Amino acid sequence: MTMLSRLKYDLTMAEAARGPGGSRVDLLVVADMVQRGARVLDVGCGDGELLRLLESRGVDGRGIELSREGVNECVAKGLAVVQGDADTDLEDYPDDAFDYVILSQTLQATRRPRVVLEHMLRIGSHGIVSFPNFGHWRIRLQIFFGGHMPRTDNLPYAWYETPNIHFCSIKDFRELCHAAGAKMQQAVALNAWGGRMRLKMPWWFWNLFGEQAVFLLSRSHKTIGKHRKPEFPLA
Amino acid sequence: MADIGATLDLADRTREADDPHSPVVRFGLDKPLRLDAGVDLAPFQIAYQTYGTLDAARSNAVLICHALTGDQHVVNDHPVTGKPGWWETMVGPGKPIDSERYFVICPNVVGGCMGTSGPASTNPATGMPWGLDFPVITVRDMVRAQAMLLDHLGIESLFAVTGGSMGAMQVLQCAASYPRRVFAALPIAGSTRHSAQNIAFHEVGRQAVMADPDWRGGRYFAEGTNPRRGLAVARMGAHITYLSDAALHRKFGRRFQDRDNPTFSFDADFQVESYLRHQGITFVERFDANSYLYLTRAMDYFDLAADYDGVVAEAFRGAPTRFCVISFTSDWLFPTSESRAIVHALNAAGARVSFAEITTDKGHDAFLLDEPELFAIVRGFLDGAAKARGLPGR
Repeated sequence: MTMLSRLKYDLTMAEAARGPGGSRVDLLVVADMVQRGARVLDVGCGDGELLRLLESRGVDGRGIELSREGVNECVAKGLAVVQGDADTDLEDYPDDAFDYVILSQTLQATRRPRVVLEHMLRIGSHGIVSFPNFGHWRIRLQIFFGGHMPRTDNLPYAWYETPNIHFCSIKDFRELCHAAGAKMQQAVALNAWGGRMRLKMPWWFWNLFGEQAVFLLSRSHKTIGKHRKPEFPLA
Repeated sequence: MADIGATLDLADRTREADDPHSPVVRFGLDKPLRLDAGVDLAPFQIAYQTYGTLDAARSNAVLICHALTGDQHVVNDHPVTGKPGWWETMVGPGKPIDSERYFVICPNVVGGCMGTSGPASTNPATGMPWGLDFPVITVRDMVRAQAMLLDHLGIESLFAVTGGSMGAMQVLQCAASYPRRVFAALPIAGSTRHSAQNIAFHEVGRQAVMADPDWRGGRYFAEGTNPRRGLAVARMGAHITYLSDAALHRKFGRRFQDRDNPTFSFDADFQVESYLRHQGITFVERFDANSYLYLTRAMDYFDLAADYDGVVAEAFRGAPTRFCVISFTSDWLFPTSESRAIVHALNAAGARVSFAEITTDKGHDAFLLDEPELFAIVRGFLDGAAKARGLPGR
């Protein structure tokens, strides 16, 4: 149990995938982690929904997006977005340029997640990472009984055409954080309906029932080990 | 008799340079243009066109900076050629740069030949065209002159400044020199410095002009000649760099011009040859050969980092301006890597920057052509900036 640090979180199974104002709950969870007035870089900002949400909350947001369509849509909305690739372009950003660097549903699509994570925490004093949890029970069942790569509502692609090339479970991600010297400050899991899970449960429970996870990270010394309890203020 | 002919020709050819079909602001000896070359240009004049109406708060002005062979005639018919303006796809009522919302200003650059002081203008000291006595100018000089024009027009702050190619250089210089006067900047197909390859192309063009016996050491006006062939060759060479292999192939392939078989001569057998010859011939109708030398030189000298200890980012440190940098996939003259360098510098300076690379096979000239994606981006960026500036919505 020491390895599986216990977490406090809430579970509201019936919470809708879209919160008040019509924003996706996973984006609301991310946005709630950002301080007002902060400077934010959203890596893989898609059509700019999160950036818009952040700007409505007084955040100075910038974005990087790989797809031209996404960039055009963002710029057309008046957002400051550059066309670029998380795998190659983060190294051009100076240290400490942002308060937060966000990877919203992007990490699993990068070629070198560890390098990307390290750059995040170099460019920003905080990182926020959200990703689909590959440890979710339905995914495990599909592999175990179906014998094929899983497809879910959140992960609708066939294995041969998915942009998601580096899947991980919540457990895997924690290990990456430790390896990359990232300190976990806050963690939230979302259930299959996109609602926040609000029960005090151990990590393995999250790993099994959380369909998505959102982590707030900060820099730490590489020496941080699995034995050390991360700080987990309530979501 | 020959003298009279030359004189008539001279008057005809320099008319647009001194007394153009555009509004002109003349600056007297008391308001010299301080040039990077270390001399003052005075008196001097700026010719410009405007479209739309300046709002009561003087907050909706958009400065358009033209490219090497462009001029101030953005959306009106050209007074010399009668052809439509060079950016009618982008500027006008309801267009991305909407003249019903914005007050659009486009001055002819210093060193040009369409009414702003340049080598074809009359040197007040001699009563003859300046020729090579005109001081060598830089992109920063062009921008300084534009700032003087804006002062004269009572425009303290620009809503936006935009332009392609050499225009983009002016946009970047403008944002660097006058950060408080530029709310939004849109450099298209530009660079923070002219590359060695581009300097090399320019040198070929200049040598073509200077190799023409009619150039006469730059004194062709006085001697009643015109280095048409040299300037046409310069234009032909340059024009190739504005296109792309794919665009040339799509447009012309290896097709013959008005014939089914090669003539086994050096006639313009191929359509692409005929096209280039046409480009050269029409260019010399409207452009001054010495102006071409001066403006290519200005571009060659452009290196924004040089003024900031070699660090471009320093040029934009703390800039309040919001930027939108645009490049084209097939542009090999100002390739996307150059625009990315601008973006990197702006990011390093913490500036608010958007960047899009537009997929097209039309090469560097794509910024002048019908590129719906370009229009959508420019429109969206300006809409967002207008909202941030509190300009009324469309």
